[in-house]
Amino acid sequence: MARVVILGGGVSGHTAATFAAKWLGNSHEVVVVTPNAKWNWIPSNIWVGVGQMSKEEVTFDLDPVYKKAGITYKQAKAVSLNPEGSETETKPFVTIEYTGQGKEGTSEDVTYDYVINATGPKLNFGATPGLGEGSQLGEHTVSVCTADHAEHANHKLLESIEKMKKGERQKFLVGTGHGMCTCQGAAFEYIFNIEHELKKAGVRDMADIKWISNESFLGDFGMGGLHMKVGGYVVSSKIFSESLYTERGVDWMIGAHVSKVEAGSIDYELLDGTTGKENFDFAMLIPPFAGVGLKAYAKDGSDITGTVFAPNGFMKVDAKYDAGAYENWKASDWPRTYQNPTYNNMFACGIAFAPPHIISKPMSSPNGTPINPTPPRTGMPSGIIGKAVAHSVCDLMTKGESAKLHEASMAEMGAACVASAGKGLTTGTAAAMTVYPVVPDFEKYPGTGRDTDYTFGEIGLAGHWIKHILHHLFIYKAQLKPGWTLIPE
Amino acid sequence: MAVKQEEINFSRNEQSETTMLPGSFAKAMRTNVIWQFIRFVAINLKMLIVVSKSH
Ligand SMILES: Cc1cc2nc3c(=O)[nH]c(=O)nc-3n(C[C@H](O)[C@H](O)[C@H](O)COP(=O)(O)OP(=O)(O)OC[C@H]3O[C@@H](n4cnc5c(N)ncnc54)[C@H](O)[C@@H]3O)c2cc1C
Repeated sequence: MARVVILGGGVSGHTAATFAAKWLGNSHEVVVVTPNAKWNWIPSNIWVGVGQMSKEEVTFDLDPVYKKAGITYKQAKAVSLNPEGSETETKPFVTIEYTGQGKEGTSEDVTYDYVINATGPKLNFGATPGLGEGSQLGEHTVSVCTADHAEHANHKLLESIEKMKKGERQKFLVGTGHGMCTCQGAAFEYIFNIEHELKKAGVRDMADIKWISNESFLGDFGMGGLHMKVGGYVVSSKIFSESLYTERGVDWMIGAHVSKVEAGSIDYELLDGTTGKENFDFAMLIPPFAGVGLKAYAKDGSDITGTVFAPNGFMKVDAKYDAGAYENWKASDWPRTYQNPTYNNMFACGIAFAPPHIISKPMSSPNGTPINPTPPRTGMPSGIIGKAVAHSVCDLMTKGESAKLHEASMAEMGAACVASAGKGLTTGTAAAMTVYPVVPDFEKYPGTGRDTDYTFGEIGLAGHWIKHILHHLFIYKAQLKPGWTLIPE
Repeated sequence: MAVKQEEINFSRNEQSETTMLPGSFAKAMRTNVIWQFIRFVAINLKMLIVVSKSH
């Protein structure tokens, strides 16, 4: 009996683990190591952040689901990998530290035949002075990256609404908290949800709302922008976004690196090198992402972290990391199998894999500060990659080491993003966007790098309904309810 | 003649001057349940195609 250990039970790891358990049955062991007791459908945190959903509605307990699936669940965080074993252990192993199950703080070495790293991002608040310490959110701003953060954000939002009702103007600042952030889509969705809620509360005229982001143009979204079909035209996401922001009375500041956060203000540096201060009463700033800081050791105990992981902490996979300058970047630089090039029984999926380079055009200020979005690895690609990696590992376990690996390149897959404001079935509206492929391929699609038949965006109730359905479908699927495999990632 | 409601935001600031804004018809269609139901079917079909091309 062989064992696959999956590190991280988020969108990607949960997909990998549940499919691996289904495909392997009782003949092999599937172990999930994840520090959280609950699974969180992260996209719906946005609605928690404006009080439209409770934390309970976007999370569920992992334990019963893993019991049902026959998965061994260790509520722990992975600390290090020994891909060659050690002087006392012949098999490769991962060292974990428990965070629950009554074993808090104790360590264990879990041996594996295959390991899948799906540890997602470290929310690196500490990268910006004042935004937080390490992965802990600071006291001046809010976040919607976890369900707890989102609950806290909603409390702060309600406080601001109360102040406005008493006649005190409030300034809302939403966007990215560093020059190297990704996940602009989440902040984009949140800012329009705030705008919608303020209107509903009758205080919109008391609020100044501003977007701040590291994108070099509005609508870059970390994908170098996109051209999409809107109302019969093929338009840049810049025009689409500028139109939406203007319509909703939201100002924007782009090409911005937030260099410091203090109570009620941020310091920023822009792409043209100018610096300034922006005041706020309420700020939701997404932190930059990094790898979760796993270490790797060779058999003799020497540190091989730099061999297994890229400097940003994400795991190296079959990507082309030496593509060089922007002009040389190709869709084929992006990984296909997510297998570690040094240890072929190690894979990474979701946000945990190291991308070959960013997607947007690299930019920096005259002072040398890099200000560009890092590549998004959103829910759909994270799920698809998790499933493909699980498929490869299952085939390796059941058919032997010569089994063909399954492929899922971000240059050949799409992503759907629905940014929805409000929750009412006839009162909300959403910007529904689909991009295909996520990483532009200018050899295949010389015009815009993408297939404009399948890269489209529109605003309306339809997208809003889709967002509702997706919320319920994905939670249903993650709970492994009847027919779960029929629901696509 | 008074500024049309949907055109007010052009004058918010310099950034807003050069963009496009939806008129009253485009806005009404966004919340027209019949039209949006048609769009719902169309978007879902497109999304399903994107999903199937991605696997
Ligand atoms: C507010 C918000 C809104 C979003 N909205 C959308 C959206 O509308 N559509 C969309 O497609 N995407 C959206 N995304 C992105 C989406 O959530 C991510 O793409 C997805 O969660 C990535 O999956 P993942 O498994 O790589 O990481 P995660 O889902 O973050 O999972 C990582 C898991 O690893 C665990 N972990 C961390 N450290 C360790 C360790 N040391 N050992 C073991 N386990 C560890 C974590 O606890 C977590 O369970 C949004 C993201 C945010 C923050």
